[in-house]
Amino acid sequence: MIELQAIRWGEPYESLDIDEVKHFYTGEPVARVHTVGSGIVQRDAKKAKFARRALQAISPADLIAMCKKAGELFESGTLQVGDSKQTPEDFIQQQSATTGMPIAMCQANVTKNAFVLKNIDTILDALTRGLDLNILARGYGEEERGVTVSYQAQCDALGAVLPSNSPGVHTLWIPVIALQMGLVLKPGSSEPWTPYRVYSAMVEAGIPRETFCLYPGAGADIGGAILSSCRRSMIFGGPQTVQQYSGNPKVQVHGPGFSKILLGDDCVDDWEQYVDMMADSVYRNGGRSCLNTSSIYASRHTKEIAEALAAKLGPIEVLPPDDPNAGLAAFTIEGAAKAIWGAIENDAKASLVTDMTSQYGERLVERDPVAYIRPVVLHHASIESDSRNKEYMFPMVNVVECPQDKMIDAIDYSLICTGVTNDEELRRDLIACTEIDRLNLGPIPTPQVDWLQPHEGNLIEFLYKNRALQIG
Amino acid sequence: MSDSLQAAVDQAQEQLDAHTIEIVRWHFGDDTGCPFWLEKKRELNFDPLTEVKCFADLDKFPDFEDEWLRGGPVRRWVPQGLAHEPVYVFETGGTTGVPKSRIAMEDFRTDYSNFSDTLPDEYFPPGSNWLMLGPSGPRRLRLAVEHLAQHRGGICFCIDLDPRWVIKLIKKGWMDHLEEYKKHCIDQAVTILTAGHDVKCMFGTPKLIEQLCLELENRGTSLAECGITGIFSGGTEFTPQWTKFCVQELFGGPPEVSGIYMTPTYGNTLMGLACSEPVTKENKYKITYHAPQPRAVLQVVDFDDTDKVVGYGETGRSKLTTLTKEFFVPGFLERDEGEREPPCEQYPWDGISGVRPFSKLAGGTTVGVY
Repeated sequence: MIELQAIRWGEPYESLDIDEVKHFYTGEPVARVHTVGSGIVQRDAKKAKFARRALQAISPADLIAMCKKAGELFESGTLQVGDSKQTPEDFIQQQSATTGMPIAMCQANVTKNAFVLKNIDTILDALTRGLDLNILARGYGEEERGVTVSYQAQCDALGAVLPSNSPGVHTLWIPVIALQMGLVLKPGSSEPWTPYRVYSAMVEAGIPRETFCLYPGAGADIGGAILSSCRRSMIFGGPQTVQQYSGNPKVQVHGPGFSKILLGDDCVDDWEQYVDMMADSVYRNGGRSCLNTSSIYASRHTKEIAEALAAKLGPIEVLPPDDPNAGLAAFTIEGAAKAIWGAIENDAKASLVTDMTSQYGERLVERDPVAYIRPVVLHHASIESDSRNKEYMFPMVNVVECPQDKMIDAIDYSLICTGVTNDEELRRDLIACTEIDRLNLGPIPTPQVDWLQPHEGNLIEFLYKNRALQIG
Repeated sequence: MSDSLQAAVDQAQEQLDAHTIEIVRWHFGDDTGCPFWLEKKRELNFDPLTEVKCFADLDKFPDFEDEWLRGGPVRRWVPQGLAHEPVYVFETGGTTGVPKSRIAMEDFRTDYSNFSDTLPDEYFPPGSNWLMLGPSGPRRLRLAVEHLAQHRGGICFCIDLDPRWVIKLIKKGWMDHLEEYKKHCIDQAVTILTAGHDVKCMFGTPKLIEQLCLELENRGTSLAECGITGIFSGGTEFTPQWTKFCVQELFGGPPEVSGIYMTPTYGNTLMGLACSEPVTKENKYKITYHAPQPRAVLQVVDFDDTDKVVGYGETGRSKLTTLTKEFFVPGFLERDEGEREPPCEQYPWDGISGVRPFSKLAGGTTVGVY
């Protein structure tokens, strides 16, 4: 069993409160994590400026080189993590063991996180839209056109309250170190693995250890302390969390994505061409991500689309986590899967809704003490159906029949929207729609991220203020 | 167990048995008992006046339901034998609905006078003034701490803190408001501490002590610099880890180094104060409470069979019995759990350590600002 002490600006801290992180199925302890209370977080926050100073002492170019090396180490190195040596295989096994995610999915997320580190220069180039990082480092500089520009850092360290359910989201905070800001992280209760391994890889690669805090502990207590004591933080949570922090300039909140695919009238008759793209958008990463499609809108053929998706997704079985074909993750919170399935069954009873996957066997698979839900496709005959935009943490999609001219109003918030259309008017409407965050024009799966575009919640806009600076 | 400790344990048990008989006779006596218990007597299948001959006989009573404390008339709890005394009413909860209430005359003074005897004069100098950094309003604690200060020859300064509003803020998710309210409370405390009132002692809950220390640190000062030498604190979030952090980092070391002594306590409106054995780095900041027997008794009982005390070191639910002439509470199951601890020289009766919210109820417990 691995022992993970809290990290306070690079110093391991032995707590008297120790939580065991357990195997999702057997209940065997996999890690002992030292948890801390909010007072420690608040007290340490006063030293955040030292983290920034330590990073400012290193040039952006050197930091980028270190991050790239950290990416290699994260992906392939044997690292000292807590009191143990951890190989990449150990990491994946441990992550799968405590989260219930299939090994293959854990492996995919390793690749994704490592990619960001190994390509940090191009990713920062995308995030900054080509800005010379030395301008960010110095606080100001001159653009090619001879104008002085200034970007003021809004914090010394970014706080992040991390989830347990999707290791892919770590790509969002990983670039921060290269921007010369420290990291104050609260690992997810069953997924401490990624933040600890990233920390180890970065330190091994030469990043000063005093730029990191890792605080395992009670969600609300530590999370609240991070959000109140860091001038900029990100948090992951459900709709309630999103609502709570919505409009708070200090907090970037990541919640359900309600991502969608819209088939325009000009393309919908060719719907069969897009079935694989749609199924991939629903199923990739176990359907757990905010990037996964939760609703598909079209004006006609919706029943056939739903049937085709059900035929592809419905037969997918629950497989052991170490099976390379396993694509469904367990719900590890007692009663969660049953409650979600109950809610879906209830929605499916509505007159406008049809469960298209019912013919493919039982959806709720209980394997005490955990449970799974096999993919679900619901058909909604009209936008009058209240449940048409619901999202759950497994492959579940609503196929909604909706006239094209009503789609923009009906979709509500969408983190990602893929518009399959060449209709210029619909494209214009999609571009103008403020409910859509990232827009894909053309048949691009919603989970597909173009790292050369500023992605979900642009970090630079969040961490820096573009302001005037005059030199006399 | 040494012979002397065993003798002390036996003596304490005898005293408790005798006290139990006396208190039960008082509360169920037709001329002295309160309307509530006299009425309850008719429902019992035994006669408490003749069939309670020792503390263990209290198991004959059904578990005390705290719902009985909700609503009036409050006079039904006033023993006829004390009807001529001025009566206080103290409340708990009350964020929504009718709060639970408890009547008192002198109990809170007696409990805190007794508690005063456990405080070391070196760190709680007689005659020094106090700060009550805790809830105001219809709370026993506010008057009790003021009495403690007066009993020790000092004057007590208080702040305004409405815990019911705090719980509402948490439930509404208004965390910014919560932060501001916290600051508002701490500002009041800092104002008192820096106003030249010669405050050396204070009561504070862990959360408030923590916030006060952090704020003083922000202002470039500390509790020690403000003159605080003795703190008595209480609350279920009083964990060994928090104590370690507090002593090592917020105070700057153990009493002999920092000059600040803190004693944890456990209690509520229904009972007096359970005191702690000394808490030190050497015992890993373990906190063990002993009730103020015979006025109150804490037992650690089996989760399912609540008449059965668990073995030493084993985990169980905290069960409280209050035995004073003002108030009789047989076998009230607290919302806490912990481990049963053996008697010690200072407190020759059982204790409880590791007190924390009862795990099966934990989700329903909200700890607010204080």
